Amino acid sequence: MNRDRRGFVTLLTKEVRRFWAVLGQTVMAPVITALLYLLVFAQAMDGRAPVYPGVSYTQFLLPGLIMMTVIQNAFANSSSSLAQSKIMGNLVFLMMAPLGPWDFYAAYIVAGLIRAALVMTAMLLVAIPFVHLPIQQPLALIAMFLLAGGGLSVLGIIAGIVSSKFDHLAAFSNFIITPLSFLSGVFYSVHALPPLWFAASHLNPFFYMIDGFRYGFFGHSDVPIWQSLLWASGFFATVSAVCLWMLFTGYKLRR
Amino acid sequence: MNIPNPAALAIHGVRKSYGEMQALSGVSFEIKPGEFFGLLGPNGAGKSTLISIIAGLIRADQGSISVLGHDTVRDWRAARRALGVVPQELVFDPFFNVVDMLRIQAGFYGCGKEVWPWIDEMLIRLDLNHKRNASMRALSGGMKRRVLIAQALVHKPPVVILDEPTAGVDVELRRTLWTFMRDLHAKGTTVVLTTHYLEEAQEMCERIAILDKGNVRVIETTEQLLNRHPFRFLRLKLANGGQLPASLRPFVTSERNGSIELRLEREQQPIASVFTALRVAGVDIEDVQTREPDLEDIFVELTGNGISAQPNAMGAMK
Repeated sequence: MNRDRRGFVTLLTKEVRRFWAVLGQTVMAPVITALLYLLVFAQAMDGRAPVYPGVSYTQFLLPGLIMMTVIQNAFANSSSSLAQSKIMGNLVFLMMAPLGPWDFYAAYIVAGLIRAALVMTAMLLVAIPFVHLPIQQPLALIAMFLLAGGGLSVLGIIAGIVSSKFDHLAAFSNFIITPLSFLSGVFYSVHALPPLWFAASHLNPFFYMIDGFRYGFFGHSDVPIWQSLLWASGFFATVSAVCLWMLFTGYKLRR
Repeated sequence: MNIPNPAALAIHGVRKSYGEMQALSGVSFEIKPGEFFGLLGPNGAGKSTLISIIAGLIRADQGSISVLGHDTVRDWRAARRALGVVPQELVFDPFFNVVDMLRIQAGFYGCGKEVWPWIDEMLIRLDLNHKRNASMRALSGGMKRRVLIAQALVHKPPVVILDEPTAGVDVELRRTLWTFMRDLHAKGTTVVLTTHYLEEAQEMCERIAILDKGNVRVIETTEQLLNRHPFRFLRLKLANGGQLPASLRPFVTSERNGSIELRLEREQQPIASVFTALRVAGVDIEDVQTREPDLEDIFVELTGNGISAQPNAMGAMK
């Protein structure tokens, strides 16, 4: 392995080992939270009319919950790692090392995707004995997972770079990630919303990520899959452009 | 054709400002390969800014720096591989134990298992081996400092910068560190040291630069620096509560516990002239000592500042 690649692989391995060391907190806890949502909402909403033909509410809910958890964990992985390193000062070890902007960018994305994939797999393993989930469009499902998990990992890098204290990071999470993921059609079809909220939902990129992901399972969605893919790709491209600008210019990293 | 060896560190016209405050105002000097070099200056002189620019943590407004011929901006990967920096702050990653942290750090520099024996050797040399599996969180300040030193050396850099490596550490670590650094230096490693303990610099460094208010005030061999001082010091204890004659009062630099220190010009004021003045005044001497100027005297002379109120470090080391 050449030296540059080994630097990247080391950074990636370190990022994976970082969340692996606290697996209970980084993987098990979000899985349990999501499954509690599933249990409560499935019980409360059971018996409602199917959202799509032949798709029960519990079936409808599960992919949304998985994608919401993917979004939140991909973001949390890169943002908390970078912010913690910045605040504790140990980011200097990375900044002084011969690692380039692309190494940072790619390592944090892949690490975020690995954590998101673990969370997704754990949720599926636990839920599938109770909820039947078909996979009608596997390519769409994989594409939406990669675009959403990747995009949120990149947004996490941005949040980590911008945050100079844990408060800033919490603000990102509490005022952007959580509201957008809750108001993205996880628990309902946007067609059930009043016109204003219906229109507002269409400006939320998380809505497209969830809707497109659901399409991967059922072959049905609120908006056409190409629209979801376009929004998720646009989101990924936009946050990547901002993130790479920050990494190349050293914004808030190299004074 | 002979190609001259590039300087270990070549710093040319480096400027850096923070708003109105000019931290570095066009600093230029070179450090030869294999030198043990001291970079001194009072707080706020710009030492840490300069080190951060060399390490790539801060970007210079102007000027260039190269490490063994590798420009730190254009050829940054090679420059960083050639450099190891021990940061001043005690920073650590709480998720890993000592040996894992060192292996990870080696990996960032593209080094794999081939450096593991070197890591083991460093753990032994820095008296860290019994803590190799301890979490970074559980280490004392001194132990964390040892890990920082090992982290900077893990990729065997030919140029090492130690930014205040002995600040707040005990005598044992100082001894361990300096023995280790002397060995590395003997094997050809270039060492750049910043320290507030001037006796350390005087003892260890072959050449010294004094930075003050963002400018290099002087850069000379340690010997030249010590010889440039035109004074010597005479310490007297007068017998029977005798008083110093008024003619000698202007030369007093300190009075402590009945002991008086005079600063005399080497050429113009022979020590004998002091004894003559005391004899004429009828004052008897109980004890007398002479002292050559040390780096601290030179430092105060050049910068008008004492460098630190910290206790003598090397005294305990010798």
